[in-house]
Amino acid sequence: MSRDLSAILARHQHDPLRLVQILRDVVEEHGFISPGTITTLAERLSLPRGRVEGVAGFYAFFPTENAGRYRVLFSDNITDRMAGSVELRQRMLEAFQVRDGEVSRDGLVSIGTTSCTGLCDQGPAMLVNGRAIPRLTRARIGSISAMIHGQAPLDTWPANLFDIHTHIERKDLLLSTPLAAGAAIDAAIARGPDATVAQVKASNLRGRGGAGFTTGVKWEMCRAAPGEAHYVVCNADEGEPGTFKDRVLLSDYADLVFEGMTVAAFAVGAKRGFLYLRAEYPFLLAPLEATLAERRKAGLLGKSIRGVADFDFDIEIHVGAGAYVCGEESALIESLEGKRGIPRNRPPYPVTSGYLQQPTVVNNVETLAKAAFVVMHGADWLRVRGTGRSAGTKVLSVSGDVARPGIYELPFGATVREVLDLCGATDVQAVQVGGPSGMLLSRSEQHRRIMFEDVPSAGAFMVFDDSRDILQVLENFASFFAHESCGFCTPCRVGTALQRRMLSALAKGYGTRRDLKDLARVAKVMKASSHCGLGATAGNAALDALEKFKPAFEKRLGTLEVMPTFDLDRSLAPAREVTGRDDDEAHLSHEEEE
Amino acid sequence: MAGAEKPMFAMDGNDVPFEPGQTILQAALAAGRYVPHLCFHPEFKPHGSCKLCTVKINGRTVASCTTLAKQGDEVESETPEIQDLRRNLVQFLFVEGNHFCPSCEKSGSCMLQAVAYDLGVMAEHFSPFFPSRPIDASHPDVLLDFNRCILCELCIRASAEVDGKNVFALSGRGAKKHLIVNAESGRLADTRLAVEDKAMDVCPVGVILRKRRGFQVPIGERKYDQHPIREVAVGKATARHASGKPSPQGPSKEGA
Ligand SMILES: Cc1cc2nc3c(=O)[nH]c(=O)nc-3n(C[C@H](O)[C@H](O)[C@H](O)COP(=O)(O)O)c2cc1C
Ligand code: SF4
Ligand code: SF4
Ligand code: FES
Ligand code: FES
Repeated sequence: MSRDLSAILARHQHDPLRLVQILRDVVEEHGFISPGTITTLAERLSLPRGRVEGVAGFYAFFPTENAGRYRVLFSDNITDRMAGSVELRQRMLEAFQVRDGEVSRDGLVSIGTTSCTGLCDQGPAMLVNGRAIPRLTRARIGSISAMIHGQAPLDTWPANLFDIHTHIERKDLLLSTPLAAGAAIDAAIARGPDATVAQVKASNLRGRGGAGFTTGVKWEMCRAAPGEAHYVVCNADEGEPGTFKDRVLLSDYADLVFEGMTVAAFAVGAKRGFLYLRAEYPFLLAPLEATLAERRKAGLLGKSIRGVADFDFDIEIHVGAGAYVCGEESALIESLEGKRGIPRNRPPYPVTSGYLQQPTVVNNVETLAKAAFVVMHGADWLRVRGTGRSAGTKVLSVSGDVARPGIYELPFGATVREVLDLCGATDVQAVQVGGPSGMLLSRSEQHRRIMFEDVPSAGAFMVFDDSRDILQVLENFASFFAHESCGFCTPCRVGTALQRRMLSALAKGYGTRRDLKDLARVAKVMKASSHCGLGATAGNAALDALEKFKPAFEKRLGTLEVMPTFDLDRSLAPAREVTGRDDDEAHLSHEEEE
Repeated sequence: MAGAEKPMFAMDGNDVPFEPGQTILQAALAAGRYVPHLCFHPEFKPHGSCKLCTVKINGRTVASCTTLAKQGDEVESETPEIQDLRRNLVQFLFVEGNHFCPSCEKSGSCMLQAVAYDLGVMAEHFSPFFPSRPIDASHPDVLLDFNRCILCELCIRASAEVDGKNVFALSGRGAKKHLIVNAESGRLADTRLAVEDKAMDVCPVGVILRKRRGFQVPIGERKYDQHPIREVAVGKATARHASGKPSPQGPSKEGA
């Protein structure tokens, strides 16, 4: 045990900043992180033991107890559920006689759920020991179960099981402009850093990761900020359920993304860059490393890029470990530094005090890809499309009840109806734009437009037809937020848990009128006082639904003004556990899960 | 510099002077104006997690303990809207843990209880979570009752920054976030905590308790029994401010 820990530590130069990467390797090799391992790592890294335990306990993909030789996690986005994931999971649980989230007695397998894995255009999906398997069917579940029963090593499983498809359904500016690797870098060098920044500013390019901050201004602030070193970070955490466009950009347009990072580095004077890749996309790692290696060979990364003295820049890939909040830029930086992903107090912002408190640009994958073309083709390249305050196009990830799920690039200003027509959606009841943290639109809002001025979107576009139960959608979103809250601040830590409890009661039909009032109240508390965007937006969908889908709530209300939320039957669970009984007689009520 | 007017902001219509670099909460307390707070402690860098100190500036809500005071700001603090928000946050903290004040050793010198009184929180409103959080009684001199932890991280900060021991830390996330101690056994007895440590004296609630000291000060004669928290909090802040540097705030000897 200790010997391979030494190897792992050596691979990471005993660098405490690499703690998250070290723990990933430990899980890869041991399956979990034991208390003894934590003690050893803390000693060897000269960190307080509690620090290491705290980091291990923060990330979803770091089990701290034996979680079985095969760790199966079903992606639990609403789109996976709509595609049948609940039934498939149930089958598998029965096949192995194991309870949800627990490990089988023989230590062979554990089966549970995880937040959206970004395969919504080819769900239901799962992760087995961190490896993604899309397009699950009964047949696939059958063969996966058989291989686990037979203890076949993952490497011997049929390769096509792991194939990830790319569905690009509509290309516009970004996805159809060709790139000759190095061309944007050459354009930046020819113009010089200040003019490069000015050009990005002139294009009005705004961040595609959610907040929509003007990219040129961000670069300018970072360039102007004093520091020992500057850094460029590409945010590829893509944790917002229903979003998968960055996955496609990184699989099919990796050169362009790295080109954008290199141009940003030239503009702000950075020597090191990081790509923070979400753990759910392990299949991208090897191809991305290969692209980086090619670019180094071509002199597009490394020392004196394109022969420019002092233009040294290289990129490292850091892989996350299952934490949506690490997409928030300051939490991302904490995670890059090997810590729990807790958003920092701002100001100071990353542009002046980011990685290691140095000036840092954090940009979304799509933003960087677009910046590369702006630098190459000029500000107008972007501005020919879009609207006044939303220049250019948006890459949307379309999923749910549509004929053709996948990637759609559209000019900003496109209406919801245009998107629905393109992807083949009928009988549309609701659309969730921008993921659970975004906006819930009703059928009467299809004239609304995707743009910062009206319906902003970080990329998700989930469609629900008339057959869907909005309360189940909301319950799914609420569990997502409760599971992903970092727990730092009171409003979000407690508010997301309360919200989940209330929506679960409402969806099951034993909610009360008082719950409706409290739901709005909790959402408002979270919005007004949360420390970061996660808590601030966690109540959005519920607030939208209370306004636009009131009948859905009314129909499902329990009859009483107040109902006991203390579940007598549930409180008997420990007694059932001890007596080993779970038959009907051992239950007080008959509240079957729907 | 000499003769220059001190910069000011307004809080609920009253002028509050501040030193550049002070946050709104620091300046308000120094000027004798109470703003409810829990995770803030005058001797430590503001942390910004409890959000009880939330105020409104130009329509935006921010944590006053981490927001720098700015000349001319119009700060709303004790408006019905903000007080309501604070009441909800206090209720959140109550339902999240297991708080049975009548049987709590810290009752009367507990900040959570005192703030709840100050805000007029009459009931928990939401049904409690009833988390299961076993007590740690392994240490010869100290008892840890995690049921009451509000996760303010003051003990963590005190043990790291003042005691240099890192006895406390956090693990888990979301509603499962919890306080841990720095030992493989998970037992306080296996850490370097000593009763003289600063970490012993910063807990605003009744988690970190000295053994064999239970109820030495009778209920009714404790810190917030004598003076409401809005007086206690600004009294200290004013004294500290006058001397120009942080005065060691005498560890509260009553209760825990
Ligand atoms: C909870 C939360 C999660 C986020 N997740 C992501 C993400 O996965 N990818 C991303 O690019 N931005 C994400 N953001 C936004 C980032 O904080 C940041 O604004 C963005 O990376 C800046 O890049 P941009 O200006 O290019 O959009 C998230 C924000 C929050 C509050
Ligand atoms: S809002 Fe939620 S995720 Fe953000 S800091 Fe607070 S607890 Fe953490
Ligand atoms: S034990 Fe006390 S001081 Fe420590 S985090 Fe909990 S409430 Fe705060
Ligand atoms: S006192 Fe300001 S957030 Fe706790
Ligand atoms: S009275 Fe507040 S924790 Fe005991």
